[in-house]
Amino acid sequence: MTEINLDKSSVRELNEKLQGGSAGDKFSINNTVGKHALSVGLTTDVDVEINGHVGYYCAGMNQKANIVINGNAGPGLAENMMSGEVRVTGNASQYAAATAHGGLLVIEGDSSSRCGISMKGVNIVVGGNIGHMSAFMAQSGCLVVCGDAGDALGDSIYEAKLYVRGKVKSLGTDCIEKEMRDEHKKELQQLLSQSKMSHGVEEFRRYGSARKLYNFDIDQVDDY
Amino acid sequence: MSKDNPTLIESATFPRHVIAEIQRAAKTGIYDIRGFGAKRDIPTFDDLVFLGASTSRYPLEGYREKCTTEVVLGNRFAKNPIHLKTPITIAGMSFGSLSAQAKESLGRGATIAGTSTTTGDGGMTPEERGHSKTLVYQYLPSRYGMNPDDLRKADAIEIVLGQGAKPGGGGMLLGQKISPRVAQMRNLPEGIDQRSACRHPDWTGPDDLEIKIQELREITNWEKPIYVKVGATRVFYDVTLAVKAGADVVVVDGMQGGTAATQDVFIEHVGIPTLPAVRMAVEALQEMDMHRKVQLIVSGGIRSGADVAKALALGADAVSIGTAALIALGDQSPEFDDEYKAIGSAAGFWDDYQAGNDPAGITTQDPELAKRLDPILGGRRLANYINVLTLELQTLARACGKSHVHNLEPEDMVALTMEAAAMAGVPLAGTDWIPGKGGI
Repeated sequence: MTEINLDKSSVRELNEKLQGGSAGDKFSINNTVGKHALSVGLTTDVDVEINGHVGYYCAGMNQKANIVINGNAGPGLAENMMSGEVRVTGNASQYAAATAHGGLLVIEGDSSSRCGISMKGVNIVVGGNIGHMSAFMAQSGCLVVCGDAGDALGDSIYEAKLYVRGKVKSLGTDCIEKEMRDEHKKELQQLLSQSKMSHGVEEFRRYGSARKLYNFDIDQVDDY
Repeated sequence: MSKDNPTLIESATFPRHVIAEIQRAAKTGIYDIRGFGAKRDIPTFDDLVFLGASTSRYPLEGYREKCTTEVVLGNRFAKNPIHLKTPITIAGMSFGSLSAQAKESLGRGATIAGTSTTTGDGGMTPEERGHSKTLVYQYLPSRYGMNPDDLRKADAIEIVLGQGAKPGGGGMLLGQKISPRVAQMRNLPEGIDQRSACRHPDWTGPDDLEIKIQELREITNWEKPIYVKVGATRVFYDVTLAVKAGADVVVVDGMQGGTAATQDVFIEHVGIPTLPAVRMAVEALQEMDMHRKVQLIVSGGIRSGADVAKALALGADAVSIGTAALIALGDQSPEFDDEYKAIGSAAGFWDDYQAGNDPAGITTQDPELAKRLDPILGGRRLANYINVLTLELQTLARACGKSHVHNLEPEDMVALTMEAAAMAGVPLAGTDWIPGKGGI
């Protein structure tokens, strides 16, 4: 285990070390004090444990690495992640996993607005609630919410799947409730197990695209 | 007044093209979506002329005395700044809006001419990377095809905040052009009318942009120059904020800048012309003492070496061409006039880039049409065109006595109209008067 203390090392030195890590290497990061762009651009399956709160874009564009944040995360957590796993034990701010293409993001607490905005294949599991406009223009992947969802969930959604256990304050344009078939229950069960959440799949409802906005239709003009 | 019947008077308020648009809107129920750029008559670089050297200054001999054109972009923070032989670069245009052959042609042409080309919405194709010696990777609001591996393969990164054809708007790619390959790259269903986001999904202002730039630098080992591109609107403030956020290069795109597809109302009614945009950008850089430290690239309606020379004389470090580059490849060619007529247009007028049925095979995803463009020939044509612009630029710079094109300055020019004098900040010809700045 390599320990890096951000009281003594710069963000540049930290990222250089992590980006240069080999598969199986383990790192422990301390004294983060909300610094930005920590543990970004990793490309190998290293294990990174971050102890403390982090600022913007922690774990940005992650590939293969397994990153655990013991604290809260600022905006843009795991933005554009491609693969690997990122877990935050506290809450996450806005735009978690924005545009992310793959991998798994687990937020044990709440996630603020626009969680999963423009997601492109990532799987996101939130233990608590999510804020408004989450999964806006979500293209693919799954967003699992164990708590409640805020206003305008899934507005202008494409092919992403949304599973919500609690209440949905409102659905966004072109987002509708859909039947929970066996393949969805299986997929959800797998994501809950992988993220170590203990809820039963029957407690969740599924939401997705009505696909009415895919091509311009003058009769849908009120939705534009 | 009709040519055939002098008693028929056409309305200035409702001329035929306005009437046709009302009729089209009433018939279809959708706004006009098109490509190309602004078609309205606005002040341009044509409204400026150079004051060639004579008694008070001496010119340089054409072809004998050197007038160099090299430019370095991005040496503020990046470890590996871009070195180009000519200050004429190729603007961002997407695979999706353009065929793979067209993108390859742009890469080939730029490489022969010693300049850079730029990706676009939808990501980087291997063909484009393979044929482009210097490739700028656009980082756009949609993040379609955005991939950290491609980010690291790029020579520079351009964060796109806006585009001159549609400042405040996102891209469009209509269903006809969402081919299986385009859909796969963008992670979207085939055949949908795709609208790109108009603002970035993970920040909301200039303070956040500074952190985003830090993240991109951290991911790319601080090697790549970071450009910030804005559509020309509140240019002084936008350039100031981009520099404050840490940009190495600022790109300002005037309202004449082209697009593959957007609403006509956007193209013609949002943004300001390139002419005042250059001056405003330079003033912002000068006020921060960052002129020539942060480089300025100007685009939007650049057609000739004269346009390039005038942009540089106003203080730009380089220019970008988009529409003109497509014309050099073969867009609007009379060779296809019959086919333009068959789709209701004509060579020189065609602007339905969004439709995917481009007779020249450039703005299409139709494999049969795309075959019409030979990337090797297209690349050669583009290189020839860039070389001509560079020679014209040198000709004008030498006439003004300059041994490097960056030595051109506003003092070398006057304006032919009051509007151009006010916008460019150079005197009206025959006077010392710059409207808004005093003088006689």
